[in-house]
Amino acid sequence: MLSYFFKRLGLAAAIVSVAMFLLFCMIYLIPGDPASVALGPRATEEMRAALREKMGLNQPVLVQFWNFYIGAWTGDLGDEVLSGRPVTTVVFEQLPYTLALIVGGITWSVALGIPLGCWAAVSRGSWADRVVGILSVAVIAVPSFVIAIYALLIFAVELRWLPAIGAGEPGNLGDQLTHLILPSLAVGLGWVGYIARMVRASMLEVLEASHIRTARAFGLPDRTITYRYALSIAILPTVTLLGVGIGQMLSSAVFAEIVFARPGVGKLVYDAILTRNFPIVTGTVLITTVLFVLLNLLADLIIGALDPRVRSSF
Amino acid sequence: MTTLRLDNLNVSFSTEAGPLHALKNVSFDVPENRIVGIVGESGCGKSTLINAILGLLADNGSIDSGSILFEGQDELTTLPSSRMRDLRGPRIATVFQDPMGALNPVISVGKQMLNIQYRSPLSKEEKTARAVEMLELVRIPDAQAALARYPHQFSGGMKQRIAIAMALMMEPALLIADEPTTALDATLEVTTIELLKDLQQKIGCSVMFISHHLGVIAELCDDVVVMYAGEVVERGTVRQIFQDPRHPYTARLLECDPARQSERTRHLPTIPGEIPDLRARPAGCIFANRCDRVADVCSTPPPDENIGDGHIARCFVADTPAETGVTA
Repeated sequence: MLSYFFKRLGLAAAIVSVAMFLLFCMIYLIPGDPASVALGPRATEEMRAALREKMGLNQPVLVQFWNFYIGAWTGDLGDEVLSGRPVTTVVFEQLPYTLALIVGGITWSVALGIPLGCWAAVSRGSWADRVVGILSVAVIAVPSFVIAIYALLIFAVELRWLPAIGAGEPGNLGDQLTHLILPSLAVGLGWVGYIARMVRASMLEVLEASHIRTARAFGLPDRTITYRYALSIAILPTVTLLGVGIGQMLSSAVFAEIVFARPGVGKLVYDAILTRNFPIVTGTVLITTVLFVLLNLLADLIIGALDPRVRSSF
Repeated sequence: MTTLRLDNLNVSFSTEAGPLHALKNVSFDVPENRIVGIVGESGCGKSTLINAILGLLADNGSIDSGSILFEGQDELTTLPSSRMRDLRGPRIATVFQDPMGALNPVISVGKQMLNIQYRSPLSKEEKTARAVEMLELVRIPDAQAALARYPHQFSGGMKQRIAIAMALMMEPALLIADEPTTALDATLEVTTIELLKDLQQKIGCSVMFISHHLGVIAELCDDVVVMYAGEVVERGTVRQIFQDPRHPYTARLLECDPARQSERTRHLPTIPGEIPDLRARPAGCIFANRCDRVADVCSTPPPDENIGDGHIARCFVADTPAETGVTA
């Protein structure tokens, strides 16, 4: 188990290294001089040269990459161009908002998707199954920013049930949670559909298995069979799917943060791109990549915890 | 008392190509404390029979007529599903064919053995003790530690013994064993059969033992029911069936058993022809198209001919012993 964990951690480090290289290339290839953008048109050539010197832009490319690479592993992603604050500080200030948004999105998708999928599977062929099927495909097809805009219009503007913008008053948990409901719904709603379809398909497969017949032959109650005997197996592909889906949720989070004017890394990177604040862009992308890789590792560990067959193959 | 009495049971499935008459006028008894073997080729309706008794027919299946009387009081064909569920497990326990898939792969053996005792008033410790006791009875080494393990950590033979332990732990009145040894190799088959017979005597239950292995049936069972294409063509004691088969199908089936082959041949005997399409059953004898004693009368439904001492064959010529030794 432990050796498996370290093997996976090594693999994660390799993935992050490759991501760093690609990221660096991308930034390097973008036309335009970050120093002149940062300082504005009225800056003198000396000021620009000084900033380039400070940012290390006049060093050879490989040296720049090496400095970036080593810096990143030691937690130094450089300083922000405008305020001069360390990039890591800026990103980690915003990260909790985005994490809350994604956790909220996962909560929505799991809390609605799993019961709907189970319901559709046990009542296969009924009208309930068909309605769930149609709704699932519908919410998968609609882009998350469209859901965000409509959720905003209906629940915040027309009905005035929930707040429209912002992340809520700092320190006031209840206020922050009510501000989280709509954005996280926008992030998670499409995933309700994915998970409902996935759970339905794997439930149907598991319910046909002979051990389920054994459970029925021992007269176990239907609820025990569905939720304890069948779902505990049918949930496994869904966990993998969610692990991969975190990446897509991160990109939906960008839209949700912009539509709802919430703080967060999505908003941060959006603003940073508009102002050519490259250290922030690289820093944010890198940190979210690490986050994605770690959450995938977490999903694999959860599967190990749920499935003894996987656990003993670690 | 008779543990299970089936009387003129008819089961059909609705399919896209019309109704499929899977069981036709099936009657036989499972007397108390006896082991009844059900024998027949694949597709003869053995699994449908089990599912009909357990109330686990697929959604498109239905019991059209007849009765399944359990312990002389419960009519299983009309029993509400909640009452039926209470019988499954404590009164009628089942061991299925596939030992590899019969246990839930993500729940420990101990947990599964505790879960099936959910109706029992015993404390958790007592239930665990009972599970350990049963595992020891089926000779699982280190039974206490086995409870914490998962099915994939056991061999096929051990899994089947665990399944038997789970079924017999319920102390059922009737044990249905659906080809419990088919997936095991020959050595394991013998020990499992001996174990089953041993435990049946210890617990004192009736057993319905489904198999296509004639040797196992002869070894283990008291009575035999021969099924063909969803009908009981012949039933009687092991001695009656194996030494004096009256239905031509039984006679052919016995001939096809490689173990009974006394002379060297290049070809194993087979019964020519195929099972008729059950969506269009012939009006007369179901075996007529493959029978070597077929006569004009066979196009009308044959009677259940009573040969004596509970030996019954569904055939017009059942009053004369079926010819044996004729290789088809």
